[in-house]
Amino acid sequence: MTERVRVKSWMPPGHIRTPAYLRGKTGEIERRLPAFPNPELLAYHRPAPSVPLVRVRFTMQEVWGAEAEGPDDVIEAEIFAHWLETVPEEPQDAP
Amino acid sequence: MPHDHSPHPHRPDQDGPLTDAQITEIAIRELLIEKGITTAAEVTAEVATMDARTPAQGARVVAHAWTDEAFKSRLLADGTAACEELGIEMGTLKLVALENTETEHNVVVCTLCSCYPRNLLGLPPDWYKSRAYRSRTVREPRAVLQEFGTTLPEGVSVRVHDSTADMRYLVIPLQPSGTEHLDEAGLAALVTRDGMIGVSRI
Repeated sequence: MTERVRVKSWMPPGHIRTPAYLRGKTGEIERRLPAFPNPELLAYHRPAPSVPLVRVRFTMQEVWGAEAEGPDDVIEAEIFAHWLETVPEEPQDAP
Repeated sequence: MPHDHSPHPHRPDQDGPLTDAQITEIAIRELLIEKGITTAAEVTAEVATMDARTPAQGARVVAHAWTDEAFKSRLLADGTAACEELGIEMGTLKLVALENTETEHNVVVCTLCSCYPRNLLGLPPDWYKSRAYRSRTVREPRAVLQEFGTTLPEGVSVRVHDSTADMRYLVIPLQPSGTEHLDEAGLAALVTRDGMIGVSRI
């Protein structure tokens, strides 16, 4: 069963490890990784509680729209959990 | 990729003033040495350790995965633990291994900086750190692969891995056909750095 998630569209300043091109995009969880110290705080020598890291898979179609080079090719990236929100299951899933 | 065809390798002299980052590095290094926290010899030794790392470590991991199915499963499940099993010093490196198959090709990029599994592959090539590779690989990976001379057969999909946070990535290339008779050292000699980044097939 796939879990769908959307990357938040925040555009905060600072040391952010969520690439801008993936913000607002929806993908599915490829695997869950351990928690790592939050780089957004760690980079500034502040106390940085660990946040779970998640590998999310996006289709090229989702990321680049109609201009995608190979619509069914995928991009996977590690996104910290606080950047993700769950998306309800879509009723029909393309094969 | 930039390539100088003149007979003598040439790198422009760096006659410009030091950048702020360079001045900061020199100041911090000199202070650390003056305060006895480190020594110039330790700094030199660390640079030598970094320079001494080569893709041979990664090639050894790939060759072992090719010859030992159970090891390959462990490598795919937990890359870090599997490499430690082979006696490789992983330090803080957390590894995800990705297997190329007849229907799937993996390629690794770091769009935000130049994250790279240095313990396994040594220092990254200059092109890996270039803005062109970092921005284009997520946008048009097939065109980038083509420029590396890699044309994927019909029916092979591309998985691009953007190394955005704490994990590092190693591609396990497809074992070339006709190499089944080779021993592990022979197989390791076939495995290239570019194959383990995913820009080439072997």
